[in-house]
Amino acid sequence: MPEPTPPPVIRVRGLVSRFGAQIVHDGLDMQVLPNEIFGVVGGSGTGKSVLMRTLLGLRAPDGGTVELYGRDVRQLAAVDRSSLVRSYGVTFQNGALISSLTVAQNIQLPLREYYPASEKILDQLAELNLDLVGLNVADGKKFPSQLSGGMVKRAALARALALEPKLLFLDEPTAGLDPISAAAFDELLLYLHSQLRLTVVMITHDLDTLFQTCSRVGVIVDGRMITDTLDGMLENQNPWIHEYFHGPRARAAEKEAHG
Amino acid sequence: MTVLKLEGEGDDRRLYLSGDWSLPALGQIEAGLRGLPGELHGTLVCDWSGAEAPAMGAAWVLLMRLTEIGAPHLDVRHLGEPHYLELLRKLQAARAAAPADLSQANSPGLLSELGRWVILQGRHAEGVLGFFGGMVRVLGEAIPRPRALRPSSLARHIYETGITAIPIVCLIAFLISVIVAYLGAQQLSRFGADIFVVDLVTISVLREMGVLLTAIIVAGRSGSAFAAEIGVMQLNEETDALRAMGMSPIELLVVPRVLALVITMPLLTIIADAMGLAGGGLLSLLNLHIPLVQFTYRLREALSPTTFWAGLIKAPVFAILIAMVGTYRGMQVRDSARELGRLTTVAVVQSIFMVILADALFAVLFVKINF
Repeated sequence: MPEPTPPPVIRVRGLVSRFGAQIVHDGLDMQVLPNEIFGVVGGSGTGKSVLMRTLLGLRAPDGGTVELYGRDVRQLAAVDRSSLVRSYGVTFQNGALISSLTVAQNIQLPLREYYPASEKILDQLAELNLDLVGLNVADGKKFPSQLSGGMVKRAALARALALEPKLLFLDEPTAGLDPISAAAFDELLLYLHSQLRLTVVMITHDLDTLFQTCSRVGVIVDGRMITDTLDGMLENQNPWIHEYFHGPRARAAEKEAHG
Repeated sequence: MTVLKLEGEGDDRRLYLSGDWSLPALGQIEAGLRGLPGELHGTLVCDWSGAEAPAMGAAWVLLMRLTEIGAPHLDVRHLGEPHYLELLRKLQAARAAAPADLSQANSPGLLSELGRWVILQGRHAEGVLGFFGGMVRVLGEAIPRPRALRPSSLARHIYETGITAIPIVCLIAFLISVIVAYLGAQQLSRFGADIFVVDLVTISVLREMGVLLTAIIVAGRSGSAFAAEIGVMQLNEETDALRAMGMSPIELLVVPRVLALVITMPLLTIIADAMGLAGGGLLSLLNLHIPLVQFTYRLREALSPTTFWAGLIKAPVFAILIAMVGTYRGMQVRDSARELGRLTTVAVVQSIFMVILADALFAVLFVKINF
């Protein structure tokens, strides 16, 4: 690239994660650049979720550094930490919507916590976020248990967007969705990404999602991360990566994306 | 701090946005928007150049307010607007096509509330009846097939509800009987009737307090545990999984718990009785200087042959009440973590209430039949 690369949003250097004798990450490096959709891929048990929990500051790394916006998450004072937490949105694998609150109340939860405003304004903001993710207002009055799987994912996304983050973490956003809902979610993600200028870090197993949305992909192999563009990954000779991107499912997804 | 300034007259106005337009300033922004005139028409140009860090939510609130005061006669244009405004206007247009509102919560009338309550109570009664029936059926089926009683699960529950409860039951029974004996001794010694402390302690412990205290402890420990355990299984769809595999949750989850309590409650009651008598005896020895030999002699005098059984016979009944309320409430948990907490509370409160109600009925019955 001719222009200078912008400073990365996330920079992980030499991350080590250990559970007793089991080493999950062994010197993992990772960089996420502004305004890209970064996919994290890896076999089961390679520590994708552990990586996300570490990035979010929910788990202390056993070694190495994690920087968000150039600041080490472990060195932050409590006040800075709170503002940092507000600067990113997260969706968890199963939605993690608060089950005793309606969808609209779930969306309003962080707003209510941090920004005082009247009920009318809060309702308007909840409606905005419902609109953004393509849910209708009637869905806002439902409780999480009354939603379908696809709606839960969308509602979780709406809650993650409520504080208008610039950085979004998505853990398996399309897992458990039918192909049509998953495709609609991909489209929604791309649309929001372009309209709101988000940086997205996404853990996914969904090859279609990967091919449709991600600009770069990081594969966790043997405790380290190999990062490349999708085209680069297709050329990669690492046996696991080759298997992953050239298996029967990958070929179909690739054909779809390029065809 | 002003965030808005409206300039111009009549049909040609300009709205200058200034200062902080991020989400934390929502309160001020709302106040500023409320200060706009109630109706505008003609052309309005919004100048965004002075707004610092305009948040999407704030822009949305502005658009909604402008629609409220201007539509359909106001032509709004934007200058120096943030990049997402186009998206917001699209969403707003879609919203205008299908208007809906979050706030319209129509509160139901008194009559419909009453009707809802009656239907709910009816369903509830049906549920209790079905639950009890299911349990009886499982017990009936277990006669030719004892394996249906799930011996391993039964053993686990006997351990958890019985053996682990022994220390607390001992402690509480001991302390309460010491308290009763101590207070009783103070009153009775004024009449020189110290020796009747023995009657007081033994009769009250054996007939009432031993079993009642045990029931309350078990309701608090195990009734809540039953409700919470089964409730979480409900939330995880584990009970549905059991049903789908052709296994009855009543057989697997409810009956072992009920049986376990029916077995452990009488045993715990006997322990509580013994500890209660020990407490009374100890206090009589230390405080009233009644030697243990005399205590036991007086104890035999005071008790009729039925006193012990009058207490013990209540234990299995209380056990059934506690276990059934706990498991039934657990099976009722649906959908949310709050329900789990609510129903666990209900389980404990209701089972203690039922135990005391049953105890009152027993008291009347025993007097009538002179037991």
